Amino acid sequence: MLAIAHWLEHTSVSQEIQKALWLIPLLQTIHIIAIAMALSSVLMIELRILGFGKSLTVTETAARYAPWLWTGLILLAVTGLALIIGEPRRALPNPAFQIKMLLLAVTLAVAAVFQVSLVRSTAFWEGQSLGRKLAGGFAVIVFFLWCAIAIAGRWIAYMHTA
Amino acid sequence: MQSVIESLNWLEATRLAEFIRESEWAFPAAESVHVIALALVIGTISIVDLRLLGLASTNRIYSELSKQVLPWTWGAFGLAAISGTLMFISQSRTYLDNTAFRIKFALMFLAGVNMLVFQLITSGEASTWDRNAAAPLAGKIAATLSLVFWIAIVFFGRRVGFTTIPI
Repeated sequence: MLAIAHWLEHTSVSQEIQKALWLIPLLQTIHIIAIAMALSSVLMIELRILGFGKSLTVTETAARYAPWLWTGLILLAVTGLALIIGEPRRALPNPAFQIKMLLLAVTLAVAAVFQVSLVRSTAFWEGQSLGRKLAGGFAVIVFFLWCAIAIAGRWIAYMHTA
Repeated sequence: MQSVIESLNWLEATRLAEFIRESEWAFPAAESVHVIALALVIGTISIVDLRLLGLASTNRIYSELSKQVLPWTWGAFGLAAISGTLMFISQSRTYLDNTAFRIKFALMFLAGVNMLVFQLITSGEASTWDRNAAAPLAGKIAATLSLVFWIAIVFFGRRVGFTTIPI
């Protein structure tokens, strides 16, 4: 029996499974660390827009955290792509995955518009106008939009495609 | 030991545990909150750790930065603990028997000890190095350990989901 077990352990199929057993949680771990980078960077920028931590200006805060946000997003894309290649049928036809990609597209557009606006209308973002105060409320919505992407991602494991 | 098993049996039999086990959405909802909360715990802790290491926010006063960031870390930690407890009670005995789960909690204990040692000893004299680009060696060691522990905690936490038998 031991000889059979030993032989089986060294077949290519088994090796693939052994690797996969560690590989998928490992990729998911990197994916989660990247979520930590992106989501915490978003939190810091949104909090500053809301008026917390005024020792830095909005521009300074964005300069500090936006590179970490985009680095996190690149890591998320790379590990996410690897996870899709590993289990394409789990992700691509899954409604949770499709909703996640839609939410991602919308949120990325908002983030890009914000970064451009921060450069073009710096005075608005550093100011105290009524519109600027409304933007504070909008920041809360945008933060939950980022959270919704993570929620849709977790739901991929639970939504089964027909 | 007997009383532990008895209380776990009682816990698993509660209406709440039964609801989390049987509902279509309760467990994934708790998991989603857990992922978001732990992402914020790790991300915000890293902001402080990288400051201690002299790798980011080096132009900011350490104690001011940590005072601003760490309350959010604790808030997120509370959320992670609540959502984690909800997942745990749904199948407490399965989790306690799980090796990845045990390693995760051993690492959380170590992360807690590391934080306590740092808070009680090293950060007590923060005023002497507050404005330096990096903390003294003890602070750098604490920051490195913190980053290593938390990344390992995520890995073993994710392993729990792969090594427990699905409901």
